[in-house]
Amino acid sequence: MTTQQQYYQDEVVKRLVQFSVAWAVVAMAAGVYVAAELLWPTIDFGQPWLSFGRLRPLHTNGIIFGFGVSALMATAFYSVQRTSHVPLFAPRLAWFVCYAWQLLVLLGGLSLLIGWNTTKEYAELEWPFDIAIAVLWVSFAIIFFGTIARRRIRPIYISNWFYGALIIVIAMLHIVNSLALPVSLTKSYSLYAGAQDAIVQWWYGHNAVGFLLTGGFLGMLYYFLPKHAGRPIWSYKLSVISFWAFTYSYIWAGPHHLHYNAIPEWVQSLGVVMSLILLAPSWATLINGVMTVSTAWEKLKTDPALKFIVLSLAFYGLATFEGPMMSIRSVNVVSHFTDWTIGHVHSGALGWNAMITYGTFYYLMPRLVGTELYSTRLANVHFWLALAGTMLYIISMWAAGVSQGLLWLSLDDTGELAFGFRDIMASMAPYYGLRLVAGLIFLGGTLLMAYNFYMTTRSRTTVRVEPPIVDPAYGVVT
Amino acid sequence: MKALSLHKKLEENSALLIFGILLVSAIGGLVQVLPSIYQESLRTPEDGTRPYSAVELTGRDIYMREGCATCHSQQIRSLVAEVERYGPYSRAGEFVYDRPFMWGSKRTGPDLHRIGGKYSDDWHRIHLIDPRSVIPASIMPAYPWLAERPVRTDDIQAKLRGLRTLGHPYADEDIDNAPAELEGLTELDALITYLQMLGTGFDESAAGEGGNSP
Repeated sequence: MTTQQQYYQDEVVKRLVQFSVAWAVVAMAAGVYVAAELLWPTIDFGQPWLSFGRLRPLHTNGIIFGFGVSALMATAFYSVQRTSHVPLFAPRLAWFVCYAWQLLVLLGGLSLLIGWNTTKEYAELEWPFDIAIAVLWVSFAIIFFGTIARRRIRPIYISNWFYGALIIVIAMLHIVNSLALPVSLTKSYSLYAGAQDAIVQWWYGHNAVGFLLTGGFLGMLYYFLPKHAGRPIWSYKLSVISFWAFTYSYIWAGPHHLHYNAIPEWVQSLGVVMSLILLAPSWATLINGVMTVSTAWEKLKTDPALKFIVLSLAFYGLATFEGPMMSIRSVNVVSHFTDWTIGHVHSGALGWNAMITYGTFYYLMPRLVGTELYSTRLANVHFWLALAGTMLYIISMWAAGVSQGLLWLSLDDTGELAFGFRDIMASMAPYYGLRLVAGLIFLGGTLLMAYNFYMTTRSRTTVRVEPPIVDPAYGVVT
Repeated sequence: MKALSLHKKLEENSALLIFGILLVSAIGGLVQVLPSIYQESLRTPEDGTRPYSAVELTGRDIYMREGCATCHSQQIRSLVAEVERYGPYSRAGEFVYDRPFMWGSKRTGPDLHRIGGKYSDDWHRIHLIDPRSVIPASIMPAYPWLAERPVRTDDIQAKLRGLRTLGHPYADEDIDNAPAELEGLTELDALITYLQMLGTGFDESAAGEGGNSP
């Protein structure tokens, strides 16, 4: 309801942030519930839609497409305007994408609950949703690249490359992996079968992690970390090199999800080599990030948002080290099919994705609303809850996963299996209990943030943002 | 610094940047994924492997609907302990009629690739309706609704025809008779029929490999 003309389109950013927070709460709550089901399997009360197998895809899809993508759209829209010095291209389309995407996540989530499930991980939604995703994704691309094309400053800043790679590569992966023959409105059969489908699926699955959960969020890092720390990126050259190395090598790593499976050996081996190479660009970014904040450590004392971002870097380093290690066949023999994988995913999803998003949102929300954060103290409490929850989660899943993996493989002196599957499964209860507590702690922190933002936005003022002054050295001659 | 001056062009031209990203990210897929799509050995069925019957396919779709694959893999790795626990390791040729593949990524419960024939139909029936009545420590969800719901018969022909388009060798009479085969069955019946045929598409004696102790 602002009568003043705004220079930047920030209302749509604010709305996307709010949706993202809402999905975080819903999808994390679903995660906590399925974690509880592994302890008390009867709490689905005989209801199909509450059953583990239906609720678990809702948890993963809600986090990735609801929380994650909404956050990426919000931050991409916010930063691309500022790094291009122009307002958003096609603002009406941006509003359309904002709401249509939420509707898609909502209906998609409901479709998972009623059992439409393609069973391709992180691509569970059936073909009508796949088409809707593709259309909205192209619209996202038009808004983003349209804004860049109209920019008033010559260089395209590094964060935009990562957001750009997110948009382009996810489009490619989504379209190729989702190719299927519909046989009814709710059912389709994959164009690929068996081992070939597995290779295509993990090319998608691994790189959805790569370009959405890693690359996309690196875009967030490259804009908001320097901005927040008040320091330029430590080495722009390093960021350039790591970007191309990352974009080239990530795409090869998928087959490490299929070690000792029925796919060609050369594909597996290539997957390992490229996974190990991937460590270099991943950690180049880590070093760049840490060096950027290294002269601003004193800000950490007072600023919970920066604390979140710096901590997310630590978990980013951990997860991108652990990943290549788990891709080595002799490690993968133990880790594959176990809760170690779940722990690894969460050290990325909680420690890296959620933390950097929280840090960014704590930075953004007061600026978008034009007021101070309602409570810095609550944000600090959230920080410690998030850290404690993440640590407890990954430690319990390491313990569970490593013991599962080793016990499954162990043979006694006569060469017989040493342990029955049921006994190993039953011994997991304490770890699953700890994991449930960890999830509750993390969810509690997220709820605090939601409350904090609610109280912050209640003031309902809007900031007036003036057009920036373009440095003539970089400006576009018009 | 020639490379960097080249890069200066790239970072000032959005079309070039888009093209560069597309090119660089496509190489991996082209070299690694595309050859697998044309690799004949991954598309050739094992001797005993045949397309799913109407009932089995219906059971498989229920398996997908209930998200069984979130907790059960169908992929026995070529490791001694796995072969001892589950049976002969999985061959690529056994999955040529699997759309999508059902290998899974997590074993909260055991692998099911060679579950077929290991337990009786009655055991499965009791176990699926109330897992804890046969395995007290089980954390598997119960599926009581499967026993109450009749299978759908109206979409099976469209499904089989779709799969035939994709190359599964169904005869006309397979498609014609499909609704009649499903007549009177519950979803539980169909799911059990699917489970009982899992892993049976591989002739162990012909290959001379692996033990099969449960």
